[in-house]
Amino acid sequence: MTTPDNLSRRLFLQRAAVGTLLATGGSTLLSACASGGSDDGNTGGGGAEQTTENPFGVKAADPLDVVIFKGGYGDDYAKAHEELYKKKFPETTIKHAGITDITPQLQPRFNGGNPPDVIDNSGASLLPMSTLASSGQLADLTALFDAPSIDDPNKKVRDTVEPITLEAAMLEGKPLVLDYVLTVYALWYNKPLFAKNGWEPAKTWTEFLALCEEIKKAGIAPLAHQGKHPYYIGQVLMDMAVKHGGHEVIKAIDSLEPNAWKHESIKAAAEAILELKGKGYMMQGTEGLDHIQSQTAWNQGKAAFIPSGSWLENEQKPVAPKDFETTATFTPLLDGSKLPVDCTEISAGENFIVPEKAKNKAGGLEYLRIMLSKEAAGKFTELTGSPTVVKGAAEGLKLSPGASSANALLESGGENNWTTYFATWYSTMDKPIRSVYGELAAARITADEFCARAQKLADDTAKDPATKKQTRS
Amino acid sequence: MRHGSYRFVASFLAIPLALYAIFVISPFVQAFYYSLTDWTGISPDFKFVGFDNFRTLANDSVFRQALGHNLILLIGLPLATIFLALVFAYLLNVGGRANAAGVQGVRGNGFYKLAFFLPQVLSVPVIAVIWATVMTSTDSGLLNSVTKAIGLGTSEYLANPDIALYCVLWVLIWGSVGFYLVLFNAAMSGIPKDIFEAAIIDGATRLSTFFRITLPLLWDTIQTSWVYLAILALDAYALVAVMTAGPGGPDNSTTVMGLQIADNGFQYGRAGYASAMGVVLFFLTLIIAAVMLRATRRDRIEY
Repeated sequence: MTTPDNLSRRLFLQRAAVGTLLATGGSTLLSACASGGSDDGNTGGGGAEQTTENPFGVKAADPLDVVIFKGGYGDDYAKAHEELYKKKFPETTIKHAGITDITPQLQPRFNGGNPPDVIDNSGASLLPMSTLASSGQLADLTALFDAPSIDDPNKKVRDTVEPITLEAAMLEGKPLVLDYVLTVYALWYNKPLFAKNGWEPAKTWTEFLALCEEIKKAGIAPLAHQGKHPYYIGQVLMDMAVKHGGHEVIKAIDSLEPNAWKHESIKAAAEAILELKGKGYMMQGTEGLDHIQSQTAWNQGKAAFIPSGSWLENEQKPVAPKDFETTATFTPLLDGSKLPVDCTEISAGENFIVPEKAKNKAGGLEYLRIMLSKEAAGKFTELTGSPTVVKGAAEGLKLSPGASSANALLESGGENNWTTYFATWYSTMDKPIRSVYGELAAARITADEFCARAQKLADDTAKDPATKKQTRS
Repeated sequence: MRHGSYRFVASFLAIPLALYAIFVISPFVQAFYYSLTDWTGISPDFKFVGFDNFRTLANDSVFRQALGHNLILLIGLPLATIFLALVFAYLLNVGGRANAAGVQGVRGNGFYKLAFFLPQVLSVPVIAVIWATVMTSTDSGLLNSVTKAIGLGTSEYLANPDIALYCVLWVLIWGSVGFYLVLFNAAMSGIPKDIFEAAIIDGATRLSTFFRITLPLLWDTIQTSWVYLAILALDAYALVAVMTAGPGGPDNSTTVMGLQIADNGFQYGRAGYASAMGVVLFFLTLIIAAVMLRATRRDRIEY
């Protein structure tokens, strides 16, 4: 399964193969030589009459060139989307490519000025989004978001997608990317196991501690986490903190505001994590396990809860017992929380882009508009088990337990669901912060030390002249 | 050599030399150049910043930690590996019976050589994954089950910042001993047997034959091994990257210079800064190799 976290692990294995940084010097030189490519005056397609059904004026006969990252989601969904496009423009021919090595294959095409019309720029060797954006290679998606929706022509596309889509689309101050897949982060448990023991996921901290005590008495560890990759336990920490203090907590952190990490909500959540460790509610040795080991232990019933994203069910399919029902639930509310319990962290991923210099740019935009119809989004969820950013697209679908419980959490959270960007915006801060999460989860530092160390990292990032600062409103 | 044959030789060397220049020399030179820039690694635009990267590097506490870890490996790895490899090679070669027919190795030494050499055949990531699994931090982990059963208690190994680096060191040693054992073994069999026999006839013990014959005659080989192992200890990137939490953790307790270079160059978008680290590592390696060769130089014994 391709997940953001797996990617980074795969990346460094590839980097280990590269072995030495020295080698990169040579490749830059080569790519510098290979750059150039002139504007051959192509029109970007279009030119037909712009109507509600065809808002970008796609010429029906213009061919469409689609390149899809064929990772954990496969590319069957894209073939289904292409069928929908073909149904609308029967005279067109579609060139489909499902590949994994995006950069090696597409860099020459961008440099040569003949990029494809639609790209799912994802995976381990994706073209760097920030570089594409700053060099003006990406089509502005404002027209797409303002176009009439396929399902209801009286609505604009922007009103049919989760609000996170519009926020995540922004690069260099313009909407340039469609992040299509919605990831729901949650605590996960095995429903039959809980039903058998008469357990219910807890809503408040006191209830949660009582539940943990009961689970522990039954000889099961209440909580496991992927200790080798401490960002998973960070997910629990931040979810409790944001629910305690509201969205302002995470917006301040993402904007690198002074003392953002010293907020009382962060400290309260850090103390909660320490309490779980102190009371022996974390699986013994979980600090040293990677995602496969810890999640497998959880599948084997050695732990009751584990934090992860909505890719978990698919990722664990090969090892999960037949009667296992991967089920998402929320983290408990700390005392005095501002948000309700039934919301969670979400993020939008898989970078769908239309190159500015695409031969059939209008067709590319139309393809994205078709992707954002309920029919196409439903197909995606059906084929991959993952929700999309299209509102209500999963309605009436028969989903797996993991996908349907994640979807329920997504619906119940609504406007209260939150997202974070600092890890992607500030890569120099991301890894060190994970390290601090890990120290906290192992109870080697206090809550105050946690806040101080995290704040120091944020301050260093804010002061660093080489880092481009961003703010959230 | 006549003038014409120079041209003849050069024509054969031209292609390999060109390849060497393009793929070895040129990246080195480029790394020196990039270390003076603020290159991000993914953009063709960068500025020349002089020695700024090196100034930042001097105050980089994480890099200093990484350097310290490399120094621990630098001392531990050659000492332990050469000691173990020498002992085993000696046992395999002359550890068996000594009689009128001469000095023999222990019985089945071919099998032992094969067994010790096996890790050398495995790729580093495979070794890392195997040992990370053996040293699983839970009480039901492979090594923990064994130590618990024989009453030694359990350990969290790589999850414990106090010992994680030594776990990595152990795997480095485990992976290296076999190769040096075979190397020393080959060097030992190159020593004429009659020297040993003469010594034994004169009443020398096994210990004194080792220190007075084997070790001096092996000195060149040991010296070379020492330099190779030192270079290995200054790297250690692959093991750390695959085995440890983070990687480099917990809490930077296992980070090494190679990992810092990779993190900065590929993850943080600071290829210029990473190049500066690479330059520092390059000179460190050079200096350490030179010092070691100089410090351990002895007169060569001809036989």
